[in-house]
Parts: sequence; structure tokens; C-alpha cells
Amino acid sequence: MKLIFHIWRQRDGRSPGRMVRYEQDGLNPDMSMLEALDVLNEELILKGEDPVVFEHDCREGICGSCGFMINGVAHGPLSKTTVCQLTLRHFDNGAELYLEPWRAKAFPILRDLMVDRSALDRIIASGGYISTPAGSAPDGNAIPVSKEAAERAMDAAACIGCGACVAACPNASASLFTGAKIAHLGLLPQGQPERARRALRMVARMNEEGFGQCTNIGECEAVCPKGIRVEVISRMNRDFLKASWTARRAGAD
Amino acid sequence: MPIAGNIEAAGRWRAGSLSLDARAPGGPIERAWDKARFEMKLVSPANKRKHEIIVVGSGLAGASAAATLAELGYNVKCFCFQDSPRRAHSIAAQGGINAAKNYHNDGDSVYRLFYDTVKGGDFRSREANVYRLAQISVQIIDQCVAQGVPFAREYGGTLANRSFGGAQVSRTFYARGQTGQQLLLGAYQALERQVDAGRVKMFPRTEMLDLVVVDGRARGIVTRDLVSGAIESHAADAVVLATGGYGNVYYLSTNAKGSNCTAIWRAYKRGAAFANPCFTQIHPTCIPVSGHYQSKLTLMSESLRNDGRIWVPLNKGDKRAPNEIPEAERDYYLERRYPSFGNLVPRDVASRNAKAVCDEGRGVGEHGLGVYLDFADAIARLGRAVIEERYGNLFEMYQRITGENPYQTPMRIYPAIHYTMGGLWVDYQLMSTIPGLFVIGEANFSDHGANRLGASALMQGLSDGYFILPYTLGNYLAGEKFEKADPLSPEFREAQDAVAERTRRLLEARGRRTVDSFHRELGKLVWDYCGMSRNAGGLEHAIGKIRELGEEYWREVKVPGAAKEINQSLEKAGRVADFFELAELMCIDALHRDESCGAHFREEHQTPDGEALRDDARFSYVAAWQYNGGDPPLLNKEPLRFEYVHPSQRSYK
Ligand SMILES: Cc1cc2nc3c(=O)[nH]c(=O)nc-3n(C[C@H](O)[C@H](O)[C@H](O)COP(=O)(O)OP(=O)(O)OC[C@H]3O[C@@H](n4cnc5c(N)ncnc54)[C@H](O)[C@@H]3O)c2cc1C
Ligand code: SF4
Ligand code: FES
Repeated sequence: MKLIFHIWRQRDGRSPGRMVRYEQDGLNPDMSMLEALDVLNEELILKGEDPVVFEHDCREGICGSCGFMINGVAHGPLSKTTVCQLTLRHFDNGAELYLEPWRAKAFPILRDLMVDRSALDRIIASGGYISTPAGSAPDGNAIPVSKEAAERAMDAAACIGCGACVAACPNASASLFTGAKIAHLGLLPQGQPERARRALRMVARMNEEGFGQCTNIGECEAVCPKGIRVEVISRMNRDFLKASWTARRAGAD
Repeated sequence: MPIAGNIEAAGRWRAGSLSLDARAPGGPIERAWDKARFEMKLVSPANKRKHEIIVVGSGLAGASAAATLAELGYNVKCFCFQDSPRRAHSIAAQGGINAAKNYHNDGDSVYRLFYDTVKGGDFRSREANVYRLAQISVQIIDQCVAQGVPFAREYGGTLANRSFGGAQVSRTFYARGQTGQQLLLGAYQALERQVDAGRVKMFPRTEMLDLVVVDGRARGIVTRDLVSGAIESHAADAVVLATGGYGNVYYLSTNAKGSNCTAIWRAYKRGAAFANPCFTQIHPTCIPVSGHYQSKLTLMSESLRNDGRIWVPLNKGDKRAPNEIPEAERDYYLERRYPSFGNLVPRDVASRNAKAVCDEGRGVGEHGLGVYLDFADAIARLGRAVIEERYGNLFEMYQRITGENPYQTPMRIYPAIHYTMGGLWVDYQLMSTIPGLFVIGEANFSDHGANRLGASALMQGLSDGYFILPYTLGNYLAGEKFEKADPLSPEFREAQDAVAERTRRLLEARGRRTVDSFHRELGKLVWDYCGMSRNAGGLEHAIGKIRELGEEYWREVKVPGAAKEINQSLEKAGRVADFFELAELMCIDALHRDESCGAHFREEHQTPDGEALRDDARFSYVAAWQYNGGDPPLLNKEPLRFEYVHPSQRSYK
């Protein structure tokens, strides 16, 4: 099959970027989007041109490395699917596809389709954990966790940190990502002791990193490849408000 | 004590003279780890702060080690080539992690897990290490639960288990089909907590390209910043490699695209012995190849074998759709040949049998390289909802890739390279033959012998990182004296120059072929001659071919771009250059090991019904290879003694 790509090419954060058109013929519908780019890159290299830089590693939809906009939609048109698992059979023969990097103030562009998402790591570092130094844990069955709580925590924990939610959000908010971690840990008994501190710190860090505010648009949920639900944002807001009140009251005493 | 060398085929190798002291404690195996810990020297809390430790890798092994060392008070620098430590290849593990908890009261014990692992490894692992692994398995689950890993639960709130290939008890803990992801996120979060506390400095997008040895001890590494291209030196008191496996030498594998052997290969060339490089594992349940553009293979967790039944048509060339083939004309070959383990035989047995039926012309799918994995019976017995709960995301993934619905039509699967048991040689303390160089996780050779059992790699990585290395590294540091290593010393400068020179050569070859085209060709050679089955003639042929192709590589490779910028082709080019050299050593190792054992199947050595035939009299040892400049590598042997699990021919009948 044939596809016409328009791909964002940009040398580095300081240089201007532009869309460049590439026509690809003889593609196999069973290929993934990234395999199509591999083929394109092989051709570019042999022609002496710079290949398109894009991130990827597992190519199984789990590492969260890959991701770019396809015709304005983060990870492209297929729901709950990262670009590495998106096969060409979902496109019409001859389709024109516009590939662009995630665009957000907190995600500076490094080159072509590659951006710097380290802000997401810093949000986790600020409080997205349960403090248990190795060796300090009680027996695994000491604290029962209801099947339902475990399943719901797992739903939230499935986030792969790809950043699509940020890219899709008109405010470039990282609330879905942050809320997912707060929900995962907050749903488990083990996560209770640090729950308030976690919400306060993670939300504060999110703001410091330059992500926008959530205004309940819901684009994030629509593009999330792991089906993270916007409920996690409500949870985050509840935890944050409660923790802020408690902190304020404690301050007044 | 080295044993006298074998016949050295055509001068492919020579006998070495390393004395490989495993430092395994004597006495009853149940108490060995206690005893070892008691005998270890300790570093006082005030002194820990003064030690700088480098951890290369942030997978289960690296992240757990870096976090734990920092918790103990050491200064840690941690490196990974991805943009975030959370993306290490461990994230992709699906099926689960073993632990001898015996929560199901089905007869499991530390001893049984130990026994299963030694037997599953076909008697090519070190008993004391394996026993320790089984002991620690129990603590790992506790640790991960406390961190908030959302393991599957029973209705009563206790932890759920399933069974996995090679075991008759239910000892595998899991978090849906994303166990590796959840375990890694637990370790990653612990790591990030230490980053925030200032005790770990994280270097993402930074690739280790050489090891620096000063006065016989590992004292640092040379790296390339993958964004700026800068070549830099980092000095430390000890270096820990946790860089994962080298399955990508085959090009097509279930490993992530960036997985590579560069860190351990550079260490090998600096003097660390490389053990059992030919022990590579083929996973029986992967999605078959669909075309030449294919960039990697996707694993379907082997937990699927719990409920799926494997079969092929009874008759050659039967092209009917699977549901048109009546029961009587199906061959459930694993159930037929191995009545007691059935579909749950170990991976090597399942893979070889799949190859055998396909070689007979009974394979399914377009290219005839596939067998069915059928859930119809399980769905009829348990209902679709149960199957969906157990494997929903795997079924979804299969459908996304193949466009076929496995609830309705059987999956097609075929073996693919998945894991490498070989790796840098380490002693009981996880230290390589270079003092101060520790190797953990898949990067070392320990514990799994000639074949790894399912759900045991996650266990090993976390055992090494959370519970073994933090002690043994302290023991090393306490016993040595350190002056601060100087990144401007000649040893660092020499290593940095060597890296710059290699980079220059790759960029200046300006040949006519891309890195990937070479990698694909290399991968095919290794798969054909050093894959699921091997023979002397094929291996000799492969060695010649690999050398030829390797020479062509340095002449003809075309790497665009420059050194001082983001250059993904250059990254790949360096990794593939190392794969060429490793591939040759793998073939030499496979050639020298003139027996079949575990995943290493030499066609010359099989029982009348096609099972692997070990030769304990000649090969009950670990082959630890030493780099010897341009000359043939040196073979050193660590003899293996089995005092607890008596070597027998594995039988899964
Ligand atoms: C698809 C799949 C499914 C699996 N499922 C299971 C399972 O269910 N159960 C099980 O027990 N095992 C499973 N395994 C095996 C298991 O996942 C791995 O063996 C294990 O995760 C390896 O962990 P590691 O920490 O040793 O290395 P990795 O997780 O591979 O981490 C390697 C780290 O090293 C870094 N690195 C590598 N080279 C360099 C370099 N030169 N410079 C800087 N950094 C470098 C990487 O960035 C990364 O951080 C599976 C494997 C695969 C491929
Ligand atoms: S919440 Fe979804 S879209 Fe956002 S980072 Fe996580 S997986 Fe990606
Ligand atoms: S490459 Fe890992 S999620 Fe796409």
C-alpha cells in the first residue's frame, strides 16, 4: 500500500522546524507505523539524508517510549493503541499522514519527533512512591487487599508514562498521568500513610514543571493508550484538597 | 582449578589459566547465605557516604540495586540509555515472578524451587547460588507488596498465584499480564525517591561505551551523552553492570530494540570472563514472523500454556482452517509425548518440539512456521469471562498485531529468542573476574544454568539488586583501600580515546549498507546455526561467515550524521559492531560444548527420541571465556558439583 507522510523535521531545540513530505509505496498493511518509519529511514540513509528521529524501544506498547501526533491525534486514530502497535491496515491506501512531536511547554523538542519528557520523572520523584527500604516489609499476606481494590489500583498503575495525555490536552496538563499514580497508590492500604504528602507534593511539582491546569476537557482519556480514566483526576483533586485543608488547619493551630 | 582443555577444534580456542574461585560458602546449603553474610565485612554508615558507586542499567536489577545502595547511604550514579529509567526492558515482562511462598499449600518449599531451578537448568548452574535465590524469593514478594505492586488477589484479599512452565506447583505471582511493568515501577519509584533525596544521580540517555580498570580494579566507565554526543568519564569505587541480556544478537527477538551487549562486551575486552555465551533461550510462544520488514518479535506470555492447548494437524500440508479440522485429525503433540507435564514442559522442550513438527511439514500459517495455541476447551470449561480476566490484555495484543480474534480462532505461535542465560562470569558475591566489577540481573550468567524456567528472571534480578549486591558490595569496599580515582589519569584517557576512535571509524566508513541490513544478516546466521539446534559443521560455517561479514561491516557500513548530536544510527552501529564479536564467541562456545544440555541442543547428542543428551563426565562445568587480544579466546572452567540435586536426565514425561 501507499502512504504520504508529512513529518516534522527539526535539528534541535534551537533550530526552526518544518514539515517535510515523503511518499512511501509498497508498504505492507501488517507493518506497524514504526516499521514504516524504519523503511523510510533505511531509504533516507542510503540517499545520504538524515533519518527521522523518533523514540521507541519495546515496540509492544508497554515501555512508553514511542509517541507522536498523527493528524493531530496523539498515538493516532486507533483507541488504546500506541504508535508502535498501530498497524497500517487501519489506514486507507494513499492516506496523507501528518506526524508531529508532542507539543507542550514542559516537553521541549530535542529533535524531529523526539521530546524531553523528564518532567514526568520529576513528578514521580516528588512523591509517587511508598517509602519502604528493602528489608523492612512484613509478609506479603499480612495486609489483605480486596480483589476489587487490587484491580482498580492495577487499572491506574497501567500508565506507561508516554505523555500522550499532556500532548492531547489544550492546557498541556499532566493531570491524568499524575492522578494515575496518586490513584494507584492511594487505593491500596500500603499507600495510606503518605497519601496526603504525596498529593501535595506531586501536584506542586506538576505546576512547577510548567504543565497547565486541568479544566475537565477529557481529551487525555480519549487518547490514553492504557485506558486510564479521568476519575483518577477527581481522586487527585480530592486528595489534594483534603491534604491542603489539613495542612492549613495544622498551620493555624 | 582449571580442568585440562578439550580438543581445540581448528585452533578456535586455547586453554586459559584463570583460577575461578566461586567463593561459595561450604557447609549445609540451607545455612550458606547466613554464613556468608555473617562473614562479610561491613562498611560503617559514616563511611558509606564516602563511597561513590556506579550502577549501569535501571531495569529490575539496576533500579533495585541503585535504590537500595542509596537507602544504605552510598552515593550512587545510575545510567540508562532510554529517556527514563522506567523504560528499561524489564518493563515488558508479562507473565510473573516465582516465589516459594507455598501460599497455596500445594507442596512448594524453598527446597523445591531450588530443585526445580537446578533441574530446569539441566545441571549447569551453581547449587549454592540457586539455593540462595530460592530462599530470597520469599522476601522479594514481601518487598514488592509493601511498595504497592498491585499483584492479583483472591476474593479473600490474599495473593493469587498461577503455575508456569517447568513447575507442578502454583508459585507464580502476577499483576495481570504486566508483572514486569509493575515490579519495575516499584523499583523505579524507590529509585526516584532516592533521586529526590539527592543520593542517586540519574543519567538517562547516557550509554556506557567502555569500562575503566585502574591497577586491576574497576574504577569507572566512559559514556556517551546521547543528546549532546559528548564522551565523558565517570570515576567510582566500584562499578555494577545491570545492562540486561544480549538476545538482540539474533536481530529478531522479543527484547526491546535498544537491548544490547555493549557494556558487558566492553568489560569482557577489559578482562572480565564471559560465561556460557551459547546458552540462549528460545521462547516457545511468540507471534510468528509476518514479513521481511519485521523489526522485532512479540512474546505471548507462556502463562497462556496453563489454559491453551498446543496442536498441529496430524497430517502434513493440511491447509484447512483450524476449526474445520476434527479432533481426531489434530495432534496435541506435547500432551501426547509428555503426559505428566503436557503443555507445561520447559521452554526448550516446547520450542524444539514446535520446530520438529514444523520441520515435518505440519506447521500452520502462511509460512508453515507456526503451531496452534487453542483456548476453545478452556473457554468451554471456565467461560469466556474467566479467560478474559486472566489473559485479556494478551488476547487484545494478539488481535492488534495479527488482526485475528483468539477467542474464536486459535492463536498461532512460534519460538523466538527471548533470554540469555550466558553473561559475565560472577562468583557467589556477584563479582566478576575484575575486582570491583559486579554484574547483576540478566547480564550475569548465574543461577539459570543451561535453561531458565519461566518467571525466574524477575526473581533473580530483584534478588540480586535488593538483597544480595547491597551486602556483597559492602564486603568488597570494606576490604579494600581507595584513593579517589582520577578521571584525568592515563587509564581513563586511554579508554576515552578508544571510544572516540571507534566512533570516528564508524562515521568515516561511509559505505553502502545500513546498520540494520548488516544486523539482519548477522541475526539470521546466528539463528540458523546457533539457535534452536546446532551442529559442529554449521557452527564452523557460521564462524567463518560471521568473520567475513564483520570485516565487511567496518568497510561498508553507512552511518549518517555526526558524533556530536542525537544520532540513533551511530548508537545502533556501535551496538551491532559488538554483536558481531559476541556472535563469534557464542559459536565458539557452542562448538566447544560437545554435548546437549538445556537450551543448547547439539544435534550430534540426542537420545533416540530426540531429547537432549548431556555429557556430565566431560562438560559439568561453566565455560568462562577470556579475551585474548586478536588471538583465539581462552577457555577457563569452573567445575560444577552437585551435592543436593543429583544429576539425572531431565524427564517431563
Ligand atoms: C517480552 C519479555 C517477557 C518476559 N517475561 C518474563 C516473565 O514473565 N517473568 C520473568 O521472570 N522474566 C521475564 N522476562 C525476562 C526478564 O524480563 C528479563 O530477564 C529481566 O527483566 C532483565 O532485567 P535486567 O534488570 O537484568 O535488565 P533490563 O531490564 O534489560 O535493563 C537493562 C538496563 O540497562 C541499561 N543499559 C543497557 N546497556 C546499556 C549501556 N551500554 N549503557 C547504559 N545503560 C545501558 C538499559 O537502559 C536498562 O536500563 C521477559 C523478557 C521479555 C523479553
Ligand atoms: S495517563 Fe495514559 S496517556 Fe498519560 S502518560 Fe499515562 S499512559 Fe500515557
Ligand atoms: S515502543 Fe514501547 S510503547 Fe511503543
